[in-house]
Amino acid sequence: MMNLLPKTHIDFLKYRKVYYTLFAVLLIGGVICFFTKGFNMGIDFTGGTMVQVQFNAPMEMAQLREALTATGANSEIQSYGNNAFSISEKSTEQEVGVVQARIEQALNTLNVPYTVQQTNSVGPAVGESMTERALGAIALSLVFIIIYVAFRFSNILWGVSGVVALFHDLFLMAVAFSLTGREIDLVVVAAFLTVAGFSINDTIVIFDRMRENIRLHPKMSFGELINLSINETLSRTIITTLTVLFALIVLYFFGGEVINSFAFAMLIGCISGVYSTIALTTPLVYTWSHGQLNDASNPKALKPATKQNVDAIVKEQKAAKPQGKTVTKIKRSRRSKKN
Amino acid sequence: MSTKLAVKWGLIIALLLGAVILIYPNYKWYSKPLAEREKLDTLGERPKHMLNLGLDLRGGSSLLLELDVSKLNGSEPLNESMARAIEIIRNRIDQYGVAETSITKQGDKWIMVQMPGVSNPQRAEELIGKTAMLEFRIVHKDMSVAQQAIEKLEATEKPFDDNGILQPEIAKLVPAGYQLMRSKDGGYALVTDKATVTGADLETARVVMMGENGYPEVAFTFNAEGSKKFGQLTGSNLGKPLAIILDNTVQSAPTIQARITKDGRISGTFSPEEARSLAIVLKAGALPAPVRVIEKKTIGPTLGEDSIKSGLSASFYAFVIILVFMVIYYKAAGFISDIALLLNFVFTVAIMSYFNATLTLPGIAGMILSLAMAIDANVLIIERMREEKLAGKNIYEIITLGYDKAWSAIFDSNITTIIVGACLLQFGTGPVKGFAVTLIIGLLVSLFTAVFVTRAIYELVLTSNTKEISL
Repeated sequence: MMNLLPKTHIDFLKYRKVYYTLFAVLLIGGVICFFTKGFNMGIDFTGGTMVQVQFNAPMEMAQLREALTATGANSEIQSYGNNAFSISEKSTEQEVGVVQARIEQALNTLNVPYTVQQTNSVGPAVGESMTERALGAIALSLVFIIIYVAFRFSNILWGVSGVVALFHDLFLMAVAFSLTGREIDLVVVAAFLTVAGFSINDTIVIFDRMRENIRLHPKMSFGELINLSINETLSRTIITTLTVLFALIVLYFFGGEVINSFAFAMLIGCISGVYSTIALTTPLVYTWSHGQLNDASNPKALKPATKQNVDAIVKEQKAAKPQGKTVTKIKRSRRSKKN
Repeated sequence: MSTKLAVKWGLIIALLLGAVILIYPNYKWYSKPLAEREKLDTLGERPKHMLNLGLDLRGGSSLLLELDVSKLNGSEPLNESMARAIEIIRNRIDQYGVAETSITKQGDKWIMVQMPGVSNPQRAEELIGKTAMLEFRIVHKDMSVAQQAIEKLEATEKPFDDNGILQPEIAKLVPAGYQLMRSKDGGYALVTDKATVTGADLETARVVMMGENGYPEVAFTFNAEGSKKFGQLTGSNLGKPLAIILDNTVQSAPTIQARITKDGRISGTFSPEEARSLAIVLKAGALPAPVRVIEKKTIGPTLGEDSIKSGLSASFYAFVIILVFMVIYYKAAGFISDIALLLNFVFTVAIMSYFNATLTLPGIAGMILSLAMAIDANVLIIERMREEKLAGKNIYEIITLGYDKAWSAIFDSNITTIIVGACLLQFGTGPVKGFAVTLIIGLLVSLFTAVFVTRAIYELVLTSNTKEISL
């Protein structure tokens, strides 16, 4: 049996204050970054025109810029090497195609044969609606995730914690794009969505282990139980993440320019996804449920109170309190097949 | 082999055969040279069930149109106007002869027209952009009745807007029952404000290459109802000029010499191309309201091919690395997972072909996520099996317990991700949808391949009295 890591007994929860601090730093830093650096939104979202052109003879960027400025265009030019350039102009003009015609007019003055490889003209209304719909879809799926996780794991806190982690991952990706000034286009949005899916997957796997361990070790303190669950699933987490990272690194370096930004976003998101599950989701579940169990009047507390459950909880609490340790929550599953 | 296992394998083999049958047309089609594919496309001999490549992968143009809702005739619900507009645009494009054009509704008032292989959509744009509202109205000979309005019109720099609508402050000076309209030569005409005969009364329209003044003309024929109305209109207005109006612009105003019932002609200074477009749009009918292009994308064929080439080869290598890693790390169990991963890919492509789905770059992203989830499912199972093995269980227990215990995690994580996919499908726009479709298909498939198929393989291996499987 080949093993990357031996059986571990790491106390992940111990450092939860550190995780929370880091999260707070990320949030504050991120917001500052958003305000100072902003985002390089692609024309899919801002509206505007992009023309990608391939010259059949050597062409200098300065020369191209001069020709474009001569027609009064305020364009952004990006070189793709090999005499290929992407010229883009953000505009709020209602009439699409006007800017494109002007850019092509400027290209003609250069008297160098060229082929237009790609054009994209987006009206401002389209960009706005695109942003709205994508955000709406993400928000809606977050709500449904909370509901589903709450239903499957009998606790709304688990769902909320999972979504906080998801938010962390998306936020970190946004910061990464803001910092690097990489353009956010539709492909990047697809990457954001992919990370959202993958991040929640990670969370579910650990939740599933916790659910099972609650069944297997009804006497164990909740903190120990969380640590045990993370440690038990650690090798799976690492193997799966490594496999996906391998694939992403290949895509990042060899996938071509379109896939490159997708892979960049995914790389950040995947690493963040693993981190946030261990350092945010489970500590949050721990911190939040701590208060909840002490407050018996809380309607959201864990399980419908069967006599068996209540007895067990009372017993556990008595056992736990003297040591000032974690309060345990008990869930005797009705779904249990094995026990 | 037990009957249960035999049934399992029967099912797997049958599905695999089905998948191969569904995928084969793709292979046959895409191995043909581009020119031949295009030829077959125009002949309509494209296989029925096939995986299509999106514009970002094969090159082409897309236009996003917005229906000007404010100009709709209020009696018809928006939905029906949209359906009619889409139908009419489809008719126009079909006659123009672009193969495999997809025309879909987006949101409330947007229409997406995607034309693969068309790298310059200008002609199509002209064809679609025409409202093609044809009207026949009688011209008032005595312009002086609208003297006041005409004076103001001549003093105004731009009396008509882009759609040919007169500025309201001028329009209100025109006497009741009449209307001032711009004409093609740059002037204007005073015409009746109601059109009794319109393009809706036409049966057909065609190009006459050599008209009376040497320019091409568009000849049209009325249907029965139209003939009756036109006969009435011309019969009672003999000697007066008849304005032939297209999209709020007077094209020509010949004097009515006799009562006309069936045929007529629109003359003007048309180029042959213009005349052809006009005939097409007249035949296809008028749009319920003008449309405006709000987004235009073109992707040259070489760029599409380049992005597909580098993207595909990188994806291929990434896939191979994953397969190799699984075998090195998990030995025989890894090999079995690899089979499941390959099958996942095969089934996903087969299902997408069956539904004629379109593969785009975001779609490939969806596939990558579903493959990652399939890998994860297998890792979960094998890690569980390892745990059971360490606990000293026998091979039969290892497999049974491994699957049973991993199942709930696999199920929940897949369902959660499918929920995300469904939300995106419902509310996302084009590219987001492409992502969601492949993701959902891929995840459903992975529940089958990564769990059901791999287990059937283990069970098959067990029938030969195997004592151990390397994990």
